[in-house]
Amino acid sequence: MKAATDVAMTSKTDRTKLARQFIEAIPHSRALGMELEEIGEGIAIISMPYDERFVGNPSTGVIHGGAVSALMDTCGGAAVMSHPDAPVGTATIDLRIDYMRAATPGQRIRARAECYHVTRAVAFVRATALDDDDDNPVAAATGAFTFQRAKEA
Amino acid sequence: MRKPEPVQVIKTRRDAALRRLVQSVPYIQYLGVQFDRRGDELTAVLPYREDLIGNPLLPAIHGGVTAAFLEITSIIELTWSSQWSDMEEGKLNGDTLPPMPKTIDFTVDYLRTGLPRDAYARARVNRSGRRYASVHVEAWQDNHDRIFAQATGHFLMPPREDG
Repeated sequence: MKAATDVAMTSKTDRTKLARQFIEAIPHSRALGMELEEIGEGIAIISMPYDERFVGNPSTGVIHGGAVSALMDTCGGAAVMSHPDAPVGTATIDLRIDYMRAATPGQRIRARAECYHVTRAVAFVRATALDDDDDNPVAAATGAFTFQRAKEA
Repeated sequence: MRKPEPVQVIKTRRDAALRRLVQSVPYIQYLGVQFDRRGDELTAVLPYREDLIGNPLLPAIHGGVTAAFLEITSIIELTWSSQWSDMEEGKLNGDTLPPMPKTIDFTVDYLRTGLPRDAYARARVNRSGRRYASVHVEAWQDNHDRIFAQATGHFLMPPREDG
């Protein structure tokens, strides 16, 4: 019984480790300074620092939507990779982002994505992006991702 | 009958207006997106760089880079087309930055893997009203017939000074 629990624990730790490696090996996510804060069981939290190079509106200093898209996409992919069904790979099929308000200049942006359903080949994801104001999301996203399962032996 | 403007004067004015627009946005400079102009038609170019990669195993361009490239192309096209007549009449103020539309929502369709090479995109403004605009954009790489991503976005237009 204990052995079985150990096996389960190990595989969960391995999955988390795998997912972390998956994200840290993404050149563009690294270029944007993304940091993995939490991951596991189909949920991922990734944050990105404010950086003047990523400004989209020079008169307000607000970060470009494109940088928020990159964060949402990475976080969505990470959530899929951490799903208990343990996919071996994923790619975005589509991603819709609603921009609810401008992110406050100078603040870190934190995305939380949840892979809320998977089929044999598709994963469905919801995500929100927040700055220091936890009660008013900056953006929300919904997306479909491919769900590549390991070939059965 | 007024004598038509010399072609070089027209080109200089248009290129300067486009340059001012593109160079004013730090994130466009960061990604290295450039714009080719033929008359009023713009083609965005994203020169390939290693740090644009999202999947090192394939390798493939990051989905977020593709989304950003499409969104940049949409916003520049929208701003460009809405300032076109002012620009042609010489009414553009060269000292102030043009007001930018704000993205309301943006939906990207990933059709194929973005390959590790240059990408191109063109946007079409399907509807541009006083307050809202709808833009469709497509991106391709080597072969224009093989679009690798497309997107539709809705934008809130900046208030016009002339009301």
